[in-house]
Amino acid sequence: MSESVSRQTAVVCQSVTKSFGQEDNQVLVLRGVDLEVSFGEMSLLVGPSGCGKTTLLSVIAGLLNTTGGELEVLGQDMTRLSGSASVRFRRKNLGFVFQQYNLLPALTAAENAAVPLLAAGVKRKQAVDRGRALLDRLGMAERADALPNQLSGGQQQRVAMARALIHEPRLLVCDEPTSALDAETGHAVMELLRDVAVREDRAVIVVTHDSRVFDFADRIAYMNDGQIVKTESRHKTESLSLTSIGVFA
Amino acid sequence: MNFVAWQMLTGDRAKYLGLIFAIAFSTFLMSHQTSIFTGLMNRTRSQIADVRDAPIWVMDPKTQYVDEVKALTDQDLFRIRGVEGVEWAVPLYKGLSRARGPDGKFRAVILMGLDDASLVGAPRDLALGNLDGLRDPDSIIVDRVGYKFFFPGEPLELGRTLEMNDRLVRVAGVANSSAPFQNLPVFYTRYSQAITYVGRERNLMSFVLVKPRTGVSAAEVRTKVEAATQLKAITTDDFGWETIWYYIRNTGIPVNFGLTVAIALVVGTVVAGQTFYIFTIENLKQFGALKAIGVTNRRIMAMILLQAMVVGVIGYCLGMAMTATFFEVTKDNLDLRGFRLPWEIMAGTGVVVLVIVTLASLISIRRVLVLEPAVVFRG
Repeated sequence: MSESVSRQTAVVCQSVTKSFGQEDNQVLVLRGVDLEVSFGEMSLLVGPSGCGKTTLLSVIAGLLNTTGGELEVLGQDMTRLSGSASVRFRRKNLGFVFQQYNLLPALTAAENAAVPLLAAGVKRKQAVDRGRALLDRLGMAERADALPNQLSGGQQQRVAMARALIHEPRLLVCDEPTSALDAETGHAVMELLRDVAVREDRAVIVVTHDSRVFDFADRIAYMNDGQIVKTESRHKTESLSLTSIGVFA
Repeated sequence: MNFVAWQMLTGDRAKYLGLIFAIAFSTFLMSHQTSIFTGLMNRTRSQIADVRDAPIWVMDPKTQYVDEVKALTDQDLFRIRGVEGVEWAVPLYKGLSRARGPDGKFRAVILMGLDDASLVGAPRDLALGNLDGLRDPDSIIVDRVGYKFFFPGEPLELGRTLEMNDRLVRVAGVANSSAPFQNLPVFYTRYSQAITYVGRERNLMSFVLVKPRTGVSAAEVRTKVEAATQLKAITTDDFGWETIWYYIRNTGIPVNFGLTVAIALVVGTVVAGQTFYIFTIENLKQFGALKAIGVTNRRIMAMILLQAMVVGVIGYCLGMAMTATFFEVTKDNLDLRGFRLPWEIMAGTGVVVLVIVTLASLISIRRVLVLEPAVVFRG
């Protein structure tokens, strides 16, 4: 990978493969993925169920190891990271928004938002105060002391966004953030995500099959059968492979 | 993250209480049954422990425990008195007799016959009367259990009469004796009288109690007595333990109590382990999310152990409070006297509870440690 590409891009995948199982039972889920995700952009990863979107997201986030190929995230060669280094890398640099929110049911909204700070060793009061402040920015000030089961789906997703952003990560990965929400709430969540999360020094990757949110994307990568088959900029479609435009030249 | 662990634990109130109940129940059963067992075993040596004047007991060489003795002869007593280092040696009768109350009610009693001159072996703790009363003809000291049995509901009073072996005996004192194994009444009288209250045998001297001279150790005198008389001489403490071990080896008591304690241990571990495991499984996605966010395995392990320790400490305290309450409530019950909660059992139960909660959490920890954080992306 060239230095120039690494500095401008948050994520660079080159011929990334990932398989599960062993020998006869081996299933190849990613079949040589080439992908570039830039800072300051919201990139959507779309495709039919089982095409490998979530696996690719897990690999990019350092939750799964690659089987082959090259993967650079925020300038870090992920294939060379040890287990504990990968954990530290995620804690410092990545934010997560999950499809099912995965909030801790016994914690209030503000406490849930503060979890990454608590994990990083920040004092509880300080962490929760920052969680409360971020929830305020997300329009959740009045629900900061509510438990997850007292919140609507949209409100829970906003708490999850606060949790993903509170430690100022440089890469935000979102897995189907709107699939559990109705159209109106999903739209509001994506609007908020775009407004709050997308910054010059941060990249946002969203896995979705919800075509209603495509308008929020700066770039859309279509996946099928473990490969990126097409990328599309916000206002024009690039029906070509990344290598053909010189990304991995 | 300790705060998160605490909130996760207490957030699910039903499981939290279930875990605490399992540990508390287990703690109660283990500490209660073990205390009863040790109390029962202690009772077997009560009549030995209550003799505080002489450190050495001499008996027939084949004697195994305090309740089964072959009598010594007067000749034995004189030989013992002649051993170097012996300050004094006095006879002691211990055996069973039968007493009948004024209403005709009768019961077997443990009869202690004390040396006429010195009254060595007399009870130290008297609720009523004094030892000099024993010097009167046909006088006895009865323990509270005996008094309550023969004179139920009546106030403690000297001068009441009982019948023993067709002889009228008068109560000269009421003692707070240690409870014997069978909870029989304990009567004290002079040796010369005791032998008239029991059926005739050629010899009736159960033991000889020996006091070493000043500056001579009990161990030394013990050895000399054995060498000179071919009788068995043993210290009070050792004789007590010999008696306890006799009951442990020759009765089903330890097996029964051991079984109860083992069941408490297994039930506590299984229930706590299962509840803890279910608790962890239900929170697996949350643990996955924490791992994805960057919480290390070591931190998560510490969180689970903290949860286990919190449950263990609270459950232990509750269970121990239940046991302590039992013994506090029953402390004035004469039939249950001698049963108490020793600190050694409290400490031992604490260690066992620690093992239980550690075992209970290990299976959960393993499940979380092998959890792929990528699980959080699976809807």
